[in-house]
Amino acid sequence: MSVVERISGEIEERFDSDLEMVLGLLAAIYAVYFGTALIIGFSPRGQINAIANLTFYIGVFGLLALALNLHWGYTGLFNIGIVGFMAVGIYVMAVAAKSPEGTASGAGGFGLPIWLAIVVGTLAAALLGVTVALPALRLRADYLAIVTIAMSEIVRFTFLSGTFQEFTLLGYDTGFGGGSGLLWGFDPLMSFIEFAYLTGPYNALVDLTGTVIRNNPEPVVQNLLYGVVLLLFVVAYYVVLRRLGNSPFGRVLKAIREDEEATQSLGKDTNRFKIKAFMLGCALMGLGGILWYMQAGTITPNTFRPRLTFYIWIALIIGGAGSNTGSVLGGAVFAAALFQGPLYLKNVIETVFEVDAPNSFGQAMGPLVSSIDPVPLIYYVVGNIRSLQRVIMGLALIWLMHNRPQGLLGHRKEEAASIPLRAGRRTTGTEAAATDGGRDVGGEGDE
Amino acid sequence: MSDTEVDPPDAGGATAGAESADGDDAEATAEGPGALAESSPEFEDVPLKVEGLRKEFGGIVAVDDTSFEVEAGTMTGLIGPNGAGKSTTFNCITGVHRPTAGNVQFNGEEITGLSPHQVANRGLVRTFQIARELEEMTVMENMMLAPKGQQGETLWRSLLPWSRQAVVEQEKEVLERCWDILEFFDIDHLAHEYAGNLSGGQRKLLELARALLTEPDMLLLDEPFAGVNPSLEERLLDHIHELREEGYTFLIVEHDMDLIMENCSRVIVMHQGNVLMEGTPSEVRSNEEVIEAYLGGNQ
Repeated sequence: MSVVERISGEIEERFDSDLEMVLGLLAAIYAVYFGTALIIGFSPRGQINAIANLTFYIGVFGLLALALNLHWGYTGLFNIGIVGFMAVGIYVMAVAAKSPEGTASGAGGFGLPIWLAIVVGTLAAALLGVTVALPALRLRADYLAIVTIAMSEIVRFTFLSGTFQEFTLLGYDTGFGGGSGLLWGFDPLMSFIEFAYLTGPYNALVDLTGTVIRNNPEPVVQNLLYGVVLLLFVVAYYVVLRRLGNSPFGRVLKAIREDEEATQSLGKDTNRFKIKAFMLGCALMGLGGILWYMQAGTITPNTFRPRLTFYIWIALIIGGAGSNTGSVLGGAVFAAALFQGPLYLKNVIETVFEVDAPNSFGQAMGPLVSSIDPVPLIYYVVGNIRSLQRVIMGLALIWLMHNRPQGLLGHRKEEAASIPLRAGRRTTGTEAAATDGGRDVGGEGDE
Repeated sequence: MSDTEVDPPDAGGATAGAESADGDDAEATAEGPGALAESSPEFEDVPLKVEGLRKEFGGIVAVDDTSFEVEAGTMTGLIGPNGAGKSTTFNCITGVHRPTAGNVQFNGEEITGLSPHQVANRGLVRTFQIARELEEMTVMENMMLAPKGQQGETLWRSLLPWSRQAVVEQEKEVLERCWDILEFFDIDHLAHEYAGNLSGGQRKLLELARALLTEPDMLLLDEPFAGVNPSLEERLLDHIHELREEGYTFLIVEHDMDLIMENCSRVIVMHQGNVLMEGTPSEVRSNEEVIEAYLGGNQ
């Protein structure tokens, strides 16, 4: 019927496996970015950086959309406090890993090894999840939504508050840094490279890049590598969640989404299942937050405003709730088209047309009124595209809700069992009788 | 309307109807769910005992001092006009509502105020008035949800590689049992259909089949024949009779008086939250109060 349906139908026909579909989409996205960069002749540095940024956002949105899919797509839990779990994850991780001596700008931490700190941060997010879930999951679904969004704001204000700026815990002087943020003096990527004895290959890669980018190639290489690490995490999330979905556990989650009361009537303790699924999802969100921000080296509480939560929701809605593959696709499309896309477009336009954007709306409107010259207004719009980003997202969402509310792959139902159910029926016994009965009912069925 | 009619006391068709249904399909009985289920229903004289049950919603008393017993291996009908408190009684027994007062015993155990899944796990399983199939899951997924004690329902077991094999083995067993039950109900050809695409009658069959997979001792059926076409209704009845012969106990809420009278050995009549009377179909038929309650008498 509509264009989207035709396109997504075609996409599905063309790719038989999910892997091909994801790789195909990624290839298309990268081709567009590379292509435009080549045509307008970005510097190699700018080009690689743009690609690295894109990869980073495809990775983080993919991770978080997958985690949200466990909550919403599988279990039907309406969590709109994602950002709170992310914040707890990265804050706890940073405080746990920071060296006890403290930096110039604030108190110290616990000096745990980074991997252990990541585990602690993830567990903290899960713990927050269970604290929220225990009282809220007993209530009707929309109350969980209210509780989670309130929680995410409470988390943000807690990290902002002066009370927790510096405190003593277990004899360690530590703190969340309040409004001025938290700074940690370590580089997770480099520690990992050293830990995994990859320094040799890493240096070779830096040297190789040095032939293209003469001036200080290292940060560019690091950006790109980190993007690759994130994509590996997306694969790991996907494997875990798919395995979980295709199991009796996943089957109960799906049943809860469909009809909780009926599931209870079959002897399933739905609250336990909901709490477990919620905790696991929160842990994955916490880890997602850690992976998003740990390479930045610094964090402020106001990064974690609710809008981030809604970005992840948009990514999931684009991809299609209920489908893990869809979540990955949704994360990629959102990152490429809605999150990075407008900014990239702005760069492209400004490079091509050498835009001299007017400074204010008045200056932009002046020529349009006096001499019907729309160019300054267009330049002004392009120059301020960052502010328009959310308008574009809103429009995209409205359009999607009208034309394809189930998203790219939401119509697809992934079978919840550890074994293939359709792999032909068994051959023993009453085959013939069954077929007879079958025809019988077929005739009777009063559809 | 058949649900407001009462047959004349001497209609006499009741026992004959039940008998003929019993006689059907001896073969199917032999391979019925009782033979397939891992544990056969346990026999107790009085599996379900309800005493002084009372349920208030705000100022409204939906069920007031209701007491009755259901004998093992019987098919007991629970009838009454709209608003008599049948469904509320059901919900109180199965843990959906917590009774204001009174108690419910099942197989000699107190089950008052337990949550629905606890009641179900003790072997007392219900179906719903409006079939509650899980629409966006296939018939087979619906079925495979039901069996108890599935290892893969534990989060870590379904995730970790070294416990996965046991889960897969068990899934194969569960799948086999589901095929057996689906064949028993003659809906195996619908196994891969989405439950939401089934007809009303097929949904009722699915619900009953799914309930059986939990290996219950007793089934509470809330209007199992509502919205079912006559031929499918007959089949559903046959299946219920077969199951009863295997030792399952049934308590059936139904609007259709004739159906209850013809198929149940005991009938409980509720009216305005009370048990009006309890007895055999012919006793119920000849009771003045029942006739009055059904024909609307003094409101």
